[in-house]
Amino acid sequence: MKPLSLHRSKHLFSDPKKQLEFLSKGAFETGELPPFEKMLDRHKYQLRTSELEILQVNLGYMCNQTCAHCHVDAGPDRKEIMQSETIDQVLIALDRLKPKTLDLTGGAPEMNPEFKRLVQGARKTGVQDIIVRSNLTILESNTNFKTYPDFFKEQQIHVVSSLPHYTLKTTDRQRGEGVFSKSILALKRLNELGYGIDKELKLDLVYNPSGAFLPADQKALEADFKKKLLEGFGVQFNELFCITNLPISRFLDYLISSENYEDYMQALVEAFNPATLDGLMCRNTLSVGYDGRVYDCDFNQMLAMPITGPYRKLSDFLTAENYKNRSIRLHQHCYGCTAGAGSSCGGSIS
Amino acid sequence: MSETYYDPKDLKNFKNISDWSEPLGKRFFEYYTKVFEEGALSAREKSLIALAVSHVVKCPYCIDAYTKDGMQRGITEEEMMEAVHAGAAIESGATLVHAVQMMNKHKKLSH
Repeated sequence: MKPLSLHRSKHLFSDPKKQLEFLSKGAFETGELPPFEKMLDRHKYQLRTSELEILQVNLGYMCNQTCAHCHVDAGPDRKEIMQSETIDQVLIALDRLKPKTLDLTGGAPEMNPEFKRLVQGARKTGVQDIIVRSNLTILESNTNFKTYPDFFKEQQIHVVSSLPHYTLKTTDRQRGEGVFSKSILALKRLNELGYGIDKELKLDLVYNPSGAFLPADQKALEADFKKKLLEGFGVQFNELFCITNLPISRFLDYLISSENYEDYMQALVEAFNPATLDGLMCRNTLSVGYDGRVYDCDFNQMLAMPITGPYRKLSDFLTAENYKNRSIRLHQHCYGCTAGAGSSCGGSIS
Repeated sequence: MSETYYDPKDLKNFKNISDWSEPLGKRFFEYYTKVFEEGALSAREKSLIALAVSHVVKCPYCIDAYTKDGMQRGITEEEMMEAVHAGAAIESGATLVHAVQMMNKHKKLSH
């Protein structure tokens, strides 16, 4: 039986306010660790938006998996999904704001019944890069979704897939039993279509640590992944993106219950790297929730932290100028993006 | 709370050894950092060697540090355990090879 989401099980942390309250306490309250805003003050840095480059759209929290680290708290029991009217607003916004990249995420974004309409419409707006963040197993789940890799190819979609490790044991522990084998099947099929091989068909993998530790050097891990996946399974891909687990939602719950929370937060604070600040994704990304509300990033979306300023919904952004030079909402989870080499939806920053 | 000789928090204060001898401490940490950089051996291979040696010298701080380091590098459980066995085999071999001395002595003293 698949585990329930925090939302469905009515867990304390299904309320984002409770998560933020927790993240304000402990070592941050006693002054042992500086709150993120204070750390930026120490470095005399103000985090503000620059130019809008990426429109990241969350198509819904529904997913066929219930991963142990999911910051979205996604799963089969989540029913929140982007409706037609909001999809229309995304298409209008693409035309109006002209971002370089449309980044589709979820949940499993493919589970939105209007996924294909959105992609086809987006292509007509001339957006350069359309990313789908696919969990891979959805592409093996039934005859309908098995047609999606062909659709990806037809639309020249850039596929970015989660695979926390090149071994079955570690991957299944984080993402659920049977996930690794299905993921390999999906990767092989994507390879057969040319993904990860042809220049125009990009297939990137996302690694996030399977536990209370930070990722190591991205290039070294990428080399290991490439070697092991090719030798073991004949699978090829383009790049590996290392993403740090942020202390929110299920991962926050795990950190607390495993008594790793304090050490993990200390590790994040100690690894604070000011060189990552200019490249943070919140500076060039607008995150859109399934209901059309807008956020600085997917994490702020899950913590229900709306952006500063007068705009709340995607439809409020009439020009790309509306995006610029806005103060970004911060909290202690932001340390996850500034630790070590930094972390973004495109992997390490520096 | 029971007291022990080893406190995990002491690992975080390792750098403080420089307080009482700054030049030696500084040189040690520079050397240590350099040793574990990519070289003829990869940083990954060195991490596994460090993990094995940590067990042989029975350093709890080092075991904590290099278990975490290995996990960060994506080193598998099997690889870690094999590294520890390599260390253990050398350590037990070092004990057992002394049995030759025992046998020699026994032979010499036997009538």
